[in-house]
Amino acid sequence: MNALPLLRIGDVLLVSIQTELHDELALRFQRELAEKVADEHIRGVIIDISALEIVDSFLGRVLHDIAATTSVLAARTVVVGMRPAVAITLVELGLSLHGLRTALNVEAGLRQLGIRRLDVSGEAR
Amino acid sequence: MSRVLAADTMPIRSEGDIVGVRQLVRQHGAAAELSLVEQTKLVTAASELARNTLLHGGGGKVEVESVEEDRRRTIRLSFIDSGPGIEDVELALTDGYTTAGGLGLGLGGTRRLAGEFEIDSVPGEGTTVTVRFHTRVRG
Ligand SMILES: Nc1ncnc2c1ncn2[C@@H]1O[C@H](COP(=O)(O)OP(=O)(O)OP(=O)(O)O)[C@@H](O)[C@H]1O
Ligand SMILES: [Mg+2]
Repeated sequence: MNALPLLRIGDVLLVSIQTELHDELALRFQRELAEKVADEHIRGVIIDISALEIVDSFLGRVLHDIAATTSVLAARTVVVGMRPAVAITLVELGLSLHGLRTALNVEAGLRQLGIRRLDVSGEAR
Repeated sequence: MSRVLAADTMPIRSEGDIVGVRQLVRQHGAAAELSLVEQTKLVTAASELARNTLLHGGGGKVEVESVEEDRRRTIRLSFIDSGPGIEDVELALTDGYTTAGGLGLGLGGTRRLAGEFEIDSVPGEGTTVTVRFHTRVRG
């Protein structure tokens, strides 16, 4: 069973974290995502965290590790939708999240991945 | 005069309990009308300390108390375990110091997030970490 629903659009995977993640679930998500990226030749991953009220050091590290892993697998990860209060808290906590690509929303994330628009058939252009 | 508005205790025995602690603390923060940023800091601090109680302290409990005094509210969180304790508290508070392959940010970061921060730890007996978040003085 999937830890979280993954939506595939062309060669981009879109995942929206809607619920609070247990630590174990977050790690399972990290593993499943890496497998999917490798098996299905994914080029970009967008993780939407706009529903999350907090990101602590554990989840921050998981997001960072996902980005590092996908980059080794030749895919780029963009984390989108981080709430301002979450960003302020992460900085004060001391989590630098170096090398983590972020964007304001899914659209901006897609643009960062070099995708201008999606047509109805779901093909990335 | 101070008045206790709400007091709760919750065991911390599993990862699921960490999520439960976050929810309980969030309720206290919302009732105290903390600002969104303060509320986010409160819940994040609770998450860090609950995980320490579970992973380093071998489990324990949290006490959450909301108190009103002098027109301000204070939310106190005490994370209590009877685990191995911390030999050198100053060292444990240093950013990057970890004995468990973590990032070593939990304690130092939480001290920055909270209005007040205290550690009471006796090696071989256990650890209590207390943080307090204050709302702004009203009216
Ligand atoms: N309740 C506790 N009981 C015993 N030791 C503790 C406790 N809390 C913290 N420590 C010790 O202090 C160290 C630093 O804790 P801190 O939360 O800062 O980092 P961490 O838990 O190792 O990593 P992170 O929180 O960044 O994932 C821990 O590695 C552990 O050795
Ligand atoms: Mg910790």
